[in-house]
Amino acid sequence: MTDSKYFTTTKKGEIFELKAELNSDKKEKKKEAVKKVIASMTVGKDVSALFPDVVNCMQTDNLELKKLVYLYLMNYAKSQPDMAIMAVNTFVKDCEDPNPLIRALAVRTMGCIRVDKITEYLCEPLRKCLKDEDPYVRKTAAVCVAKLHDINAQLVEDQGFLDTLKDLISDSNPMVVANAVAALSEIAESHPNSNLMDLNPQTMNKLLTALNECTEWGQIFILDCLANYTPRDDRESQSICERVTPRLSHANSAVVLSAVKVLMKFMEMLPKDLDYYGTLLKKLAPPLVTLLSAEPELQYVALRNINLIVQRRPEILKHEMKVFYVKYNDPIYVKLEKLDIMIRLASQANIAQVLAELKEYATEVDVDFVRKAVRAIGRCAIKVEQSAERCVSTLLDLIQTKVNYVVQEAIVVIKDIFRKYPNKYESVIATLCENLDSLDEPEARAAMIWIVGEYAERIDNADELLESFLEGFHDESTQVQLQLLTAIVKLFLKKPTETQELVQQVLSLATQDSDNPDLRDRGYIYWRLLSTDPVAAKEVVLAEKPLISEETDLIEPTLLEELICHIGTLASVYHKPPSAFVEGNHGVQHKGLPGSAGSAESESPDAVSAGAATEAPAAVIPSQGDLLGDLLNLDLTPPATTGPLPHSGGMQMGAMDLLGGGLDSLMGAGFGAPPAAMPPAFSAPVSGSLYDLFDLDNGVGMPLGSFCPPKTVWLPAMKAKGLEISGTFVRHAGVIQMEMTITNKAMSVMTGFAIQFNRNSFGLAPAGPIQVPSPLSPNQNIEVSLPLNTVGPVMKMEPLNNLQVKKTLVVFLFRQVFLATWKDIPNENESQFQIKDCHLNSDAASNKLQSINIFTIAERTVDGQDMLYQSMKLTNGIWALAELKVQAGNPNYTVSLKCRAPEVSQCVFQSYEAVLKN
Amino acid sequence: MLSGSLNGKQGEIRHQKGINVSLPLTKMIHSVFLINASGDIFLEKHWKSVVSRSVCDYFFEAQERATEPENVPPVIPTPHHYLISVLRHRIFFVAVIQSEVPPLFVIEFLHRVVDTFQDYFGVCTEAAIKDNVVVVYELLEEMLDNGFPLATESNILKELIKPPTILRTMVNTITGSTNVGEQLPTGQLSVVPWRRTGVKYTNNEAYFDVVEEIDAIIDKSGSTITAEIQGVIDACVKLTGMPDLTLSFMNPRLLDDVSFHPCVRFKRWEAERILSFIPPDGNFRLLSYHVSSQNLVAIPVYVKHNISFREGSFQGHFDLTLWPKQTMGKAVESVLVSSQLPRGVLNTNLSASQGIYTFDPVTKLLSWDVGKINPQKLPSLKGTMSLQAGASKPDENPTINIQFKIQQMAISGLKVNRLDMYGEKYKPFKGIKYMTKAGKFQVRT
Repeated sequence: MTDSKYFTTTKKGEIFELKAELNSDKKEKKKEAVKKVIASMTVGKDVSALFPDVVNCMQTDNLELKKLVYLYLMNYAKSQPDMAIMAVNTFVKDCEDPNPLIRALAVRTMGCIRVDKITEYLCEPLRKCLKDEDPYVRKTAAVCVAKLHDINAQLVEDQGFLDTLKDLISDSNPMVVANAVAALSEIAESHPNSNLMDLNPQTMNKLLTALNECTEWGQIFILDCLANYTPRDDRESQSICERVTPRLSHANSAVVLSAVKVLMKFMEMLPKDLDYYGTLLKKLAPPLVTLLSAEPELQYVALRNINLIVQRRPEILKHEMKVFYVKYNDPIYVKLEKLDIMIRLASQANIAQVLAELKEYATEVDVDFVRKAVRAIGRCAIKVEQSAERCVSTLLDLIQTKVNYVVQEAIVVIKDIFRKYPNKYESVIATLCENLDSLDEPEARAAMIWIVGEYAERIDNADELLESFLEGFHDESTQVQLQLLTAIVKLFLKKPTETQELVQQVLSLATQDSDNPDLRDRGYIYWRLLSTDPVAAKEVVLAEKPLISEETDLIEPTLLEELICHIGTLASVYHKPPSAFVEGNHGVQHKGLPGSAGSAESESPDAVSAGAATEAPAAVIPSQGDLLGDLLNLDLTPPATTGPLPHSGGMQMGAMDLLGGGLDSLMGAGFGAPPAAMPPAFSAPVSGSLYDLFDLDNGVGMPLGSFCPPKTVWLPAMKAKGLEISGTFVRHAGVIQMEMTITNKAMSVMTGFAIQFNRNSFGLAPAGPIQVPSPLSPNQNIEVSLPLNTVGPVMKMEPLNNLQVKKTLVVFLFRQVFLATWKDIPNENESQFQIKDCHLNSDAASNKLQSINIFTIAERTVDGQDMLYQSMKLTNGIWALAELKVQAGNPNYTVSLKCRAPEVSQCVFQSYEAVLKN
Repeated sequence: MLSGSLNGKQGEIRHQKGINVSLPLTKMIHSVFLINASGDIFLEKHWKSVVSRSVCDYFFEAQERATEPENVPPVIPTPHHYLISVLRHRIFFVAVIQSEVPPLFVIEFLHRVVDTFQDYFGVCTEAAIKDNVVVVYELLEEMLDNGFPLATESNILKELIKPPTILRTMVNTITGSTNVGEQLPTGQLSVVPWRRTGVKYTNNEAYFDVVEEIDAIIDKSGSTITAEIQGVIDACVKLTGMPDLTLSFMNPRLLDDVSFHPCVRFKRWEAERILSFIPPDGNFRLLSYHVSSQNLVAIPVYVKHNISFREGSFQGHFDLTLWPKQTMGKAVESVLVSSQLPRGVLNTNLSASQGIYTFDPVTKLLSWDVGKINPQKLPSLKGTMSLQAGASKPDENPTINIQFKIQQMAISGLKVNRLDMYGEKYKPFKGIKYMTKAGKFQVRT
């Protein structure tokens, strides 16, 4: 008989039957009944109704029965907390059992029961178990501290368990050490600022010793913990590396990858001329290659990490190209990753073989993979200049196959090749034109149209070709429509005589018959340009295009550094900063690579990143796709933002969206978007409060220009692919000015600055175009002062971009303005009040206050308290800033008021109280 | 317009924060679901609070998108969890995690779970798991505590939970005894956690199998594009007491990329290139290695092929001949040739000089069971393929996949020099076997 018998029950009265069996006198019957209950549980059936009956079986000498009951308890105790108490006595008794197995089992199970009343009883047994003579019990107890911390952090701290846990790092048994490290790491994750894992040379030594002797899983915990340590000097760094290197030969791939992480990080400290540095580099390659012979799932994770390693230290795997060749029965996710790494490793030395492989892949069955392979050929052409010719001829061969999707992909990449090597391969245009009819994908059509427009003077029948597209103009996607519009305008500027009718037609299609604002606006711009100043039009439309970057989709150096410190984690799989993965964003510390020894400035993190930046290959446009895509397509498409991970709530993602949003709205005279990660209540009332701020200058009658908050960084470089903007608002001679410092921290030149403002009800808008002498070279910064005016309550949608705009990013962090103002008011003007017995939550309070024109600018949550930052303007022109503290469950609110005229504070407080209590 | 969409985004973030308060933050594996080929969840195990099985809907979505089960991505993000899965024996083992963990850690663990099931039940199938569901549950509980791996070594687990055997089940039913160990496993905390104490055998024996798999891609013209060897030394050691073994090689230089079982003393290897270890009891993998430098990798089987289609004739020509090479006189056996023919091929009319060939007109899979290659009479498969009338010439070139075995030879040339035992007095019986197999051995046409 097998366990499957436990599933066969009579439909009717199943629970009833089990109940009877559980209460049977016969031990054997009881056990069988519990097994049936467990079996039902495993398939997701609800057997919680049997709780009291199962718990009754707990007091038994039969270990198996005891274990089964424990299994049941862990699953259902939460739903039956009162009943679970019945089990406490047995647990406490078991914790004193002479058999260490039972002691450990009891403390382990108790920790899994997430019921407050049980945890209270857990403390004493846990304390004993942490000091148990048997290491098996100690190591189980160590994990239990983490469990308890998860349920009730305060309790763990009050009971001093954290100190006991730290002591266990010095335990004589390596398994206990490993578990203590694991537990501490987990606890530390929810306490970002505590120095729980105080890593010093002594503890490091203990950990390294335990590393050799503990289980494979323990090794992972310890290695991950070691990776957080910053060695004092290169000698310490080297000695740690030496002791970690043997882990590279471990059979467990997770151990190997964690060891790689430690080595990649500590290697940064080693001087490059050191012999050991070279030895270490050589030692890293074989284990990485070995990971690729493991199961496909492991390969995938390994490949994602190798992708990072190759970007940071290409020398490690530069001779290993062949291991990345694709086998035809690899899973698709492995194939795509291998392809990506092949391109990264492609160089003049191996390009011939790589191209032969890529061509082979282009004849495979899987459409997605074939497309990627074709694209990869184009990327090789752009990356390795010497191979461009060969790549182009390979692409032409592929076009000859006439396989529809191959042809389309090939045309898309050939467009990029044209951009990179202008006036070199135009001879192939004729072949491309032959395939015009077979193109049915927007991207390919747009690319082809771009080519026709760009080389209109060399294609005799360019007008006919473009005209043929125009017939179905309204059915085309926006991408194609925009491209067609531009291409025809280009054609017109090149051959004005024959194409007047065509350009008229497309302009009227774009402006009159289209619902798409991007298209309409672009149409109007062209129209006006052409009708007012054809010379200017030529300069704008046929302007020389900036070179496209050599290497596409490299990860931005600062992010890459951070990701290298997180090798082996989910962040490394998704190539997204770890902050995007931890819900609630707490516990995230940005990790940076340590600076290399001998460099004087290596202490400051900035210098490190600058140093790293210069090491990276030249002409990199740090990009995660969007920006680069936009640069390549130039005026081709409204950039499609890559769909953010559904899970990501982090600031970084917000910024990414922002970027997309900002670019997106370019054509439509949109507005800089408020950062998505700002509190939700923020965006609607914000204009009101800003209005207060600007209006106050008049109302209070402050000397002009006296209030000038210092510049603050609005847009950090890390979030905007190298563009950093800091700025402030000032008022000179009655004109509001926005003063900005724009710094190019990327490695490529930036040009074509333009600016746009968030639509705001007070109508704050730039009074003139932004004057940025372009191009802005790397590491150059520039002071810009932009006069602003308030032209009306609702801003009219005037197109601002009478340049071909390429890059725009202005972010209003209104919060910054608030903060600056807050700081600006002397502290003695601050007054605090308590509002008692108010039972609103922060949102409701905010809404109520808004009804009397007190606007919430920002809110944040600190230690369970909601902090609302508000501003208001009184009718007599006096304004005030307030901070409202609301604690959940506490009916007493605290209001801190700051105002230039402290005498009004009392009245403000009264109105607060009146409103909130009403 | 834009601000509207951003508000939505903000709303979403806030929503997530709201959820975050109620869910505990778990560092490691939260739950595991077992899903069969038809997409049914047939087992679930939670180590913390219960995660609703609706979380698997995200997995099912990914499964639907994937053309083949093998193509389901191993890491799938969902709004509040990550799903990390492995596919073995046509069962998906899906782990649910809630925050940042090393995915390899999870994948390795899942593979270990599968290995353990296989070790316990002989096979790892849905039926076997369902038949032993209580043992499975006990095992999972023993292997992971609070999401941390607890005991994953099979010999320790077997002391804690005895594997089911027909005899034991019968005895248990009669006597009412249990299949759960009552004592703390002896190996669990010793310096050699992989070995229990008090092992006793009447026949003391130690067998080592050197098994090498060749992964290779051969191009149209017969030249090698890549070739590498994945080698393992699997051991079956049944020795009494605490034996301390050393194993040395004739040519240890071959092994520059190795992964060891934890029992191997790494320092000794570094210094002397000798494997010195106290072995686990029973079957285990002593080491795995990788030989990638191509001049060391001999290709034992060559293929002459001509697969072509003529435009307009709706017919194709098929001609395949195999011949052995560099096999040091050893026979190439169990040869199996398979190839995925182009979709346009309706049927084949081939004749094999030896063995049996089959063609599945639905999957277009051609497979030819050749058997042993006789160097004097080379096996061949010749004939025609018929194409759908009116169809154009197929674009793709089929790849030929070859499997074979060569006994008593390690293709890399690796040879064991000697095996010595210290620490025990008896004379064990020792044996070493070599074998070469095809791994992913592919010939492009």
